[in-house]
Amino acid sequence: MRRLDDLEQGYMKNDLPDFRIGDTVDVSVSIVETVEVGRGKTEEKERIQIFNGTVIRRKGSGNRETFTVRRIVAGEGVERTFPLHSPKVRGIEVKRMGRVRRAKLYYLRDRTGKATRVKEKIWDKTRMAYEKEKKAARARAAAAETSSEE
Amino acid sequence: MVKLLIGKKLGMSQVFDTTGVVTPVTVLEVGPCTVVQLKDEVTDGYRAAQIGFDPQKPQRVKKPQSGHYKKAGTGTFRVLREAPVADDSEISVGDEVAVADVFEVGAYVDVIGTTKGRGFQGTVRRWGFSRGPESHGSKNVREPGSTGMHTYPGRVFKGKKMPGQMGNRRKTVKNIVVVQVDADRNRLLLRGAVPGPAGGYVCVRAAKTPPPAKKA
Repeated sequence: MRRLDDLEQGYMKNDLPDFRIGDTVDVSVSIVETVEVGRGKTEEKERIQIFNGTVIRRKGSGNRETFTVRRIVAGEGVERTFPLHSPKVRGIEVKRMGRVRRAKLYYLRDRTGKATRVKEKIWDKTRMAYEKEKKAARARAAAAETSSEE
Repeated sequence: MVKLLIGKKLGMSQVFDTTGVVTPVTVLEVGPCTVVQLKDEVTDGYRAAQIGFDPQKPQRVKKPQSGHYKKAGTGTFRVLREAPVADDSEISVGDEVAVADVFEVGAYVDVIGTTKGRGFQGTVRRWGFSRGPESHGSKNVREPGSTGMHTYPGRVFKGKKMPGQMGNRRKTVKNIVVVQVDADRNRLLLRGAVPGPAGGYVCVRAAKTPPPAKKA
């Protein structure tokens, strides 16, 4: 598949946060609704819905990558799988980093209540360095932009 | 203009549209194809063009073919195919035809290719026959079953589905939608699958029997 990388690159987001298995995330999903406006008229309205939960799986590569977020809603387990690079997924925000020891957290499906909790990772050296570097890069880019405007 | 081009299957991927709908696509590298020979009513009884695709080093081409290329004055190619020519178009030997000249987004195309070879397969895999029970003393697990009736007709009907070679044969998939045409990279993105392995050669032509246009 390597020779299609250039094609897939064009469909990939490059502003994604570094989120990993076990992290608790907020996923912003765009939802388009057809709303009735007056007599027989309809209008398409877009709103952002936030789905919060634990990342239990990341799968695939390139622009075909998907991730699955699990949470308990009203005592019932709910899992949603999103295409990572879909334009419908507007943003992913890492709320808590999780400390886990496997790549797929399917064992959470067999658990209820307190057992579904994932230990929090308070300090992640590599990731913090990465975020710091990204922040610095953004600042540099912004600085470069303002200087070019002058 | 020629109505058929030769291409190479690069593999499959997917593309998103702005609303987030995912389309599975096969990526083909199609053309540029060079016209190597022209056939006309006088000498051949019909009009057509022989086109070449995928340049090959001259020393790797077989002797008779190398003479053929020499006569045409074109480069040498790995694949040669005959392509029908639109009646009213001007075309001459040495012309290069690119993807964007022949295909456009949203059009229907047929893809002709050689399917992946599966070897000699039984009826279960080749034709989707059901298998018999595996227990209770059954010995009829993946057997083909009865092949016919009795004294009348006294023979097996032609076309009876039996074990045999599966795949590795020429197959045409009709009415595939063109999702994207990348003129810079000579790429054609088609919705869904096409026959053959990644790296296999295929021919792409405008659909012979496109579905009727939907009423607006």
